[in-house]
Amino acid sequence: MNTILFIIQKEFKQIFRNKGMLPIIFVMPLIQLIILSNAATFDVKNIKFGYVNHDHTSTSRALIEKFNASTYFNVLTNFPSEKLASQAMLNGEVDVVLEIPSYFERDFQKEKRSALGVTINAIDGAAAGIENVYVTQIIQSFNKDLKVNVSQYGQKQNQPIQITTIPSFWYNKTLNYKTFMVPGILVLLVTMITLFLSGMNIVREKEIGTLEQINVTPIKKSQFIIGKLFPFLVLGLAILSVGLLIAKLVFNVPMVGSLLLMYFYTSIYILVVLGIGLFISNYTDTQQQAMFIAWFFMVIFILMSGLFTPIESMPKWAQTITDFNPIKYFVEVLRMVMLKGSGFVDILPQLLKTLVFAIIMNGLAVWSYKKTN
Amino acid sequence: MSIKIANISKFYKKVKALENISFEVKPGELFGLIGPDGAGKTTLFRILTTLLIPNEGIASVVGFDVVKDYKSIRNSVGYMPGRFSLYQDLTVEENLDFFATIFGTTVEENYDLIKDIYVQIEPFKNRRAGKLSGGMKQKLALCCALIHKPKVLFLDEPTTGVDPVSRKEFWEMLKRLQQKDITILVSTPYMDEAALCDRIALIQDGKILEIDTPKAIVKHYPKPIYNVSANNMYLLINCLNEFESNHSVYPFGEFVHYTDSRSDFNPTELETYLESKNLLNIKIEKTVATIEDTFMELAK
Repeated sequence: MNTILFIIQKEFKQIFRNKGMLPIIFVMPLIQLIILSNAATFDVKNIKFGYVNHDHTSTSRALIEKFNASTYFNVLTNFPSEKLASQAMLNGEVDVVLEIPSYFERDFQKEKRSALGVTINAIDGAAAGIENVYVTQIIQSFNKDLKVNVSQYGQKQNQPIQITTIPSFWYNKTLNYKTFMVPGILVLLVTMITLFLSGMNIVREKEIGTLEQINVTPIKKSQFIIGKLFPFLVLGLAILSVGLLIAKLVFNVPMVGSLLLMYFYTSIYILVVLGIGLFISNYTDTQQQAMFIAWFFMVIFILMSGLFTPIESMPKWAQTITDFNPIKYFVEVLRMVMLKGSGFVDILPQLLKTLVFAIIMNGLAVWSYKKTN
Repeated sequence: MSIKIANISKFYKKVKALENISFEVKPGELFGLIGPDGAGKTTLFRILTTLLIPNEGIASVVGFDVVKDYKSIRNSVGYMPGRFSLYQDLTVEENLDFFATIFGTTVEENYDLIKDIYVQIEPFKNRRAGKLSGGMKQKLALCCALIHKPKVLFLDEPTTGVDPVSRKEFWEMLKRLQQKDITILVSTPYMDEAALCDRIALIQDGKILEIDTPKAIVKHYPKPIYNVSANNMYLLINCLNEFESNHSVYPFGEFVHYTDSRSDFNPTELETYLESKNLLNIKIEKTVATIEDTFMELAK
């Protein structure tokens, strides 16, 4: 026990003496949290909008006015011809082009129908989809207004019954994406710091040769590993605390659930990450190798965690892979507890899976750590 | 016996690092392992300190088998690797405390053993180990290797990269430790240090060439050696190499060590030959063989 305490003490001393690492451990995550949470948004705003108006009537002008009034669109240009509009889209000057045909107003009043041409730059497929929804919404609402105008001359009884939906967004009433992103990015930071530090820690001792000296001492494997990993558990929880503080103070993210539960789950989660880190450590000889392998896992874990893209929209096989992604569970749990106020029983499935991961990873790590080679 | 090595071999894929090594070290002996870089000294150390498992043969340290009883060995030996391998970002005192703790002892308990050495670095006890000079680092490493009062001390090239004064001091320290009943196995590439050991083993390419006391090893040298000097060293070496009955020609400080292949060699004959090559101030005198000469002869 004394030995473990001494190793822990030594590790902390080394961490706090490393003048280059300290800012990386504490300042960088916070900057990332603040910048990423503000920047990583799924809202599509300031869409560059251009139009070709062949009609030049009050109706077509009213439609364009509708787009102008929307906060999503920046109405930029009136193109004299379709050709010029296509050229502008090719140059990336516009994202959406609306083409209003000649006799738009006349057809609408005579035949009660008319067609509009919409061209959307779909290089970013996700953004294009959202832009399409916005365009459709605006045209539909314009359509409704117009119908009302047209049908004002009598036949009120023929007006179709309108069904309107009023959605109510639970757990994030204002659809504030920051509320959604901050817990996710916090997960990312806790994972990154603990994985990189633990992954490189033992390799560093290998590199500078101290491991050889340690290996000829009667110190036990378990003592050494516990002593090595415990400081990173503490460090991970410290980063979580600072992150939660920023989430509350800077982003005003609601924290409905129990903080204790969050810390409890995070502790188990960090054990998984440390196990992975240690495992990487055992199979690499230099910090550089460890860094690259850690990055490899990080990128896969992050992209398949449901943090940036919903898991439900992934192909079936990818969804199966995400079942083995500890970050996925951490993101789920943190969002559930913070935003929904889920209790112990609600997160039990995630908790159990994480616990199994922790046992497997640490088991593998201890097994693969050899004092003799 | 403190260390017993019998027919130890170690291969790294196709490379034979050690081949059929056998020797014994008596308790309280200062035993030197002398050989050039890549001779297999470090591999042997790593086997004896339980960091490597030999492919063949058996070895024991203070009666414990290096494979089966590795845990007991780790409690009773001190190892100082060739590379400085203490924590550079911890201070002198913290390093010492750390190693004392993981050996389950305290600095106070064995202070008398390291006292002589520790007093020399004590003024710097709050300095980080990485900021110490080369000689100081070696002293600290020795303190850390001694802190648990080991029965056998393994020192792998402890004086490589250390200045001559510190090297001399270091060997004096080893002599003092020896009197405290610690068996010491030390390796070095420096032949002058070999003379300070009780017994030495000359090792090259994973094979032991000879084991004996430094004095006896020198006596084994089969031929008379001559110190040859002249005004032009480079020309002298070239001429000696061309001399048809030469056996060995090695530059040795300001002289060239020369041996002849014939048993009835007459130095005046060589002198006339060198004069004919326009060399001046020629001196040829008989000298005693050194360990280096012996090593070169055996390694031939």
